[in-house]
Amino acid sequence: MLETEFNVRSPAPAWREETQRAASPEVLLETRALCFDAGGRRLIDRIDIDIRAGRRTMIMGANGTGKSLLLRLLHGLISPTRGEVLWRGRPLDRRGRHAQAMVFQRPVMLRRSVIANLRFALAVRGFAGSERTARETEALQRAQLEGLAVRQARVLSAGEQQRLAVARALSCAPRILFLDEPTASLDPGSTHAVEQLIREAHADGVTIVLATHDVGQARRIGDDLVFLHAGRVVETGRVSDVLDAPRSEAARAWLEGRLYLDSSS
Amino acid sequence: MGSFLASLGEAVGLILTGDRDLLEIIGLSLRVTLTAVAAACVIGLPIGAVVGALRFPGRSLAGVILNSLMGLPPVVVGLMVYMALSAGGPLGPLGLLYTPTAMIIAQTILVTPIVAALTKQIVEDLHADYAEQFASLEVGPFDRVVALLWDARFSLMTVALAGFGRAVAEVGAVIMVGGNINHVTRVMTTTIALETSKGNLEVALALGVVLLTIALIVNGAVMTFRATAARVTYA
Repeated sequence: MLETEFNVRSPAPAWREETQRAASPEVLLETRALCFDAGGRRLIDRIDIDIRAGRRTMIMGANGTGKSLLLRLLHGLISPTRGEVLWRGRPLDRRGRHAQAMVFQRPVMLRRSVIANLRFALAVRGFAGSERTARETEALQRAQLEGLAVRQARVLSAGEQQRLAVARALSCAPRILFLDEPTASLDPGSTHAVEQLIREAHADGVTIVLATHDVGQARRIGDDLVFLHAGRVVETGRVSDVLDAPRSEAARAWLEGRLYLDSSS
Repeated sequence: MGSFLASLGEAVGLILTGDRDLLEIIGLSLRVTLTAVAAACVIGLPIGAVVGALRFPGRSLAGVILNSLMGLPPVVVGLMVYMALSAGGPLGPLGLLYTPTAMIIAQTILVTPIVAALTKQIVEDLHADYAEQFASLEVGPFDRVVALLWDARFSLMTVALAGFGRAVAEVGAVIMVGGNINHVTRVMTTTIALETSKGNLEVALALGVVLLTIALIVNGAVMTFRATAARVTYA
């Protein structure tokens, strides 16, 4: 397996330095030697990454390499076996989690109407009164679901549900939005609509971290790319750099559609 | 068979003609049963939801206990309530023994574990769907339980019906704490038991059919309400 400079923090990756030089956006989220074990296996192995404010970071890699797991660790849904996740330089706590939102591959819709799904999320996040109403209206418009506000959310199409899930997450005003393969089961039209929501969120200043298998999607909406293999970061860089000229064998094999079995993993 | 049909016809005739005694028995049966089911829901729904949705030490044990209590023997409950309400018992001064209230207490004790255990299962299944979203939104324990109970409300109507089925058919406990006193604590099931002991099998069977019919009507009404409410809500 390729030993990459991104598995450890000391040799800073070129893209990171370049980014720092360009604008030095604040590091919102960083991981330090992040590990996660389950069933006697190491599923996430010493991951060190920085997520900078305002960037759109794509997490890519083959099935089972730990993309979803990494997102859940970053979002604090599960606790690392070792290492830590830092939010603005401090261990991720409730305040940090409050500034985050996540959209899952299969959108989780409550057994309620579209607007009640929005209302519930806003209520538990502490929004009330006219502000909550305004945010509900804005989210419905954002997701283009104004005409379906009182429809049961679970009977919406997959694309509509995912738009609602993204709009619901954004209605809580997160600083960072995690998306776990949000368009994996959507048709091109629905994919486009979800990507448009992500673009708009980014334009509003929301930092994006998105796990995807879709190379085209990564090119369309990504700035930075973290490529995982067997729970490790094997390559990072700007999306176009990694996808056009992958340096790791794992990324090269994946992009060429080859099965890459690494004896060290 | 002929005498059974004749007895059944006689029982239906008594209802249709508004026989005071029979209507009184039916009315008391429904009052005791529905009150007990309502009380059991007030107690059992939150207990089931808490055990089904939240993680706490002893949760598995609580689930096992709830499931075990579903098979609580009515005569044991009747005996416990009898001892508690009898003159020498801790609740003796209340003078509740051989009253409908005593029957409601006994039935509530019998039905609550059923409501709680079935609620736990329904809420647990729904929570499996919601868990990550709830965690992402940082939904607190109270909001979590309330949200799950609300979202599972149509399924929980079936739970209430299961409790109603248990309560309306119960005889062992209510006869011990109610005493089957005519015009005071006599209900459908205790009347059936009395008529059977007297050898009036046809009358007992006919009353049983009336009891089944009442259960059928209540079930049909609740299921119709559930379907209508779900249709209106999810339109």
